[in-house]
Amino acid sequence: MQLRNPKDFWSGVMFAVIGFAFAIIVKVYEYPMGTASRMGPGYFPFVLGNALGVLGLVILLKSFLSDGERVSKLAWRPLLWILGAVVVFGLTVKLIGLALAIIVLVLISAFGGHEFKLKEQLTAGVVLSIGSIAVFVYGLKLPFPIWPSFFG
Amino acid sequence: MDALLANLALGFSVAFTPEALMYCLLGCLLGTLIGVLPGIGPVATIAMLLPATFTLAPELSLIMLAGIYYGAQYGGSTTAILVNLPGESSSVVTALDGYQMARQGKAGTALGIAALGSFFAGCVATLLLAAAAPPLAQIAFKFGPAEYFSLMTLGLIAAVVLAHGSVIKAIGMILLGLLLGLVGTDVNSGMARFNFSIPELSDGIGFVAVAMGVFGFAEIIKNLEQGEEREIFVNKVGRLLPSMQDMKEAFPAVLRGTGLGSLLGILPGGGAVLASFSAYTLEKKIAKDSSQFGKGDIRGVAAPESANNAAAQTSFIPLLTLGIPPNPVMALMVGAMIIQGIQPGPQVMSEKPQLFWGMIVSMWIGNLMLVILNLPLIGMWIKLLTVPYRLLYPAILTFCCIGVYSLSNSPFDVVVTAMFGLIGYLFIKLDCEPAPLLLGFILGPMMEENLRRAMLLSRGDAMTFLNRPLSATLLAISLLLLVIIMLPAIRKKREEAFVEE
Repeated sequence: MQLRNPKDFWSGVMFAVIGFAFAIIVKVYEYPMGTASRMGPGYFPFVLGNALGVLGLVILLKSFLSDGERVSKLAWRPLLWILGAVVVFGLTVKLIGLALAIIVLVLISAFGGHEFKLKEQLTAGVVLSIGSIAVFVYGLKLPFPIWPSFFG
Repeated sequence: MDALLANLALGFSVAFTPEALMYCLLGCLLGTLIGVLPGIGPVATIAMLLPATFTLAPELSLIMLAGIYYGAQYGGSTTAILVNLPGESSSVVTALDGYQMARQGKAGTALGIAALGSFFAGCVATLLLAAAAPPLAQIAFKFGPAEYFSLMTLGLIAAVVLAHGSVIKAIGMILLGLLLGLVGTDVNSGMARFNFSIPELSDGIGFVAVAMGVFGFAEIIKNLEQGEEREIFVNKVGRLLPSMQDMKEAFPAVLRGTGLGSLLGILPGGGAVLASFSAYTLEKKIAKDSSQFGKGDIRGVAAPESANNAAAQTSFIPLLTLGIPPNPVMALMVGAMIIQGIQPGPQVMSEKPQLFWGMIVSMWIGNLMLVILNLPLIGMWIKLLTVPYRLLYPAILTFCCIGVYSLSNSPFDVVVTAMFGLIGYLFIKLDCEPAPLLLGFILGPMMEENLRRAMLLSRGDAMTFLNRPLSATLLAISLLLLVIIMLPAIRKKREEAFVEE
């Protein structure tokens, strides 16, 4: 079957799945619902979740009534390299220190771009690293280790 | 009047300290910088710098963050005029006539009128903020939970109206935002919700992580996907000071832009983007000869630039008087205030007058700084525009990472932000506008709390929202707004208005 309005169709699917998931979690984890006058922690999210779920279904069904654009292909290259670089930074900065972590971040994220010029990106990384340490660690006193912890 | 003067005097005493001036300047410069650079906006920047303000005094941090917001409005116009690319989404319409003026060799005039118009608008709007805030705060003290709930509903509906694209999807984004905002410990019962036994999640999802992921990382990925296509138009800027003739032509437009912008800034859900769009449309409508619009009409630059700056200032009114953020930038300001231990709302003015009035006066000073600094600095901003994106985005990424990591000094927030980067990218792919989501996210817990209190007070009778006149009025306006945008004629208009983006 051909989707007539793929962007809306998938948006509807997303809203419906997330909405009902919230409502189901309320039930599965047995968050107390309370009453209308004394609402428990489950009341508001349950109502909202179902509302979003129903809305998602409406969007999904409506997508068959109109023509719309296709969802363009995901750009995996920037997506994975950029987010990967961020996660690596988060996981390693305490261990390898800010100076090195920034250079690594810049180098990994450079793979997400259109061209990779090692010399240029390395220079950018070093400059950014020195600048950030000056501003954030010395200037604003954010508690980052500068050097790798295994150097003592 | 005397009270106003006394208040402003207090404000001056706070805002004129060397430290305050320095942070005001820093905020303005940073704001202009990100305004000039396409691809990074005030939301991501404020989110990024938030952790850096932890150690500052509350006045200083808010003065700086406010400077970023209105500074961005100034900077955005430079890029719009010289590159025909909006540096900021609120400068989209400025590009229409501004770029044409630049092509005719009048880039300097366009830049000059944009800066002067913005300055004028900034002054008026700041005065308006100073004059309107105290009485509004008085009204706010009369608000009960039912009124707050209805007001937030109005704000969210207004955000739907202003989101581009499909109305129904915008409502979905709001509901999604509200739900995400509920993750974490329930204030009333102390029960952790939707945390899946992850201890960090019992404090809720950090709004900085959401804002930075959705507005920062997702934008970078989108920009990289699109590739670099920037043509800079900098042959000759020409003289910056507009001629008398230009001034005479532009002044009424500046006045109208200021008025309209101030009004739209106050509206919940409003803000700089809507203001500039409406101001441009208004100018085109009332002009005797509208044939020059789109071909370099000075009014087409003066009106939207005044309007977006006016709106940037007046959007602080709902934040400072009611504690309700009218747009995502103000939502981040709420976060900044809470981090500093200040609960935004009507009590800020009476409990922390030095903060409140210092901030207002600093806005005026900041506007002055911007106009004095920016005109001579334009050469530098133009140079910045030639920095290729492949060098720019690693820098943005680095500051974002440092910012998120310092939130709690743990990798957790960084990973969550990366996840929201992915989610934000999917939103872009599906044409789901993220601004309403962020607003819902901030308002989620507040709405739930006020709903519960209102229902408790009324013993479970939902009619309380309609029986109380103020609350009923607010809900009626919300309903009216929804009905209006659903009308086919208006819907078409609205789609046209946003087609430029």
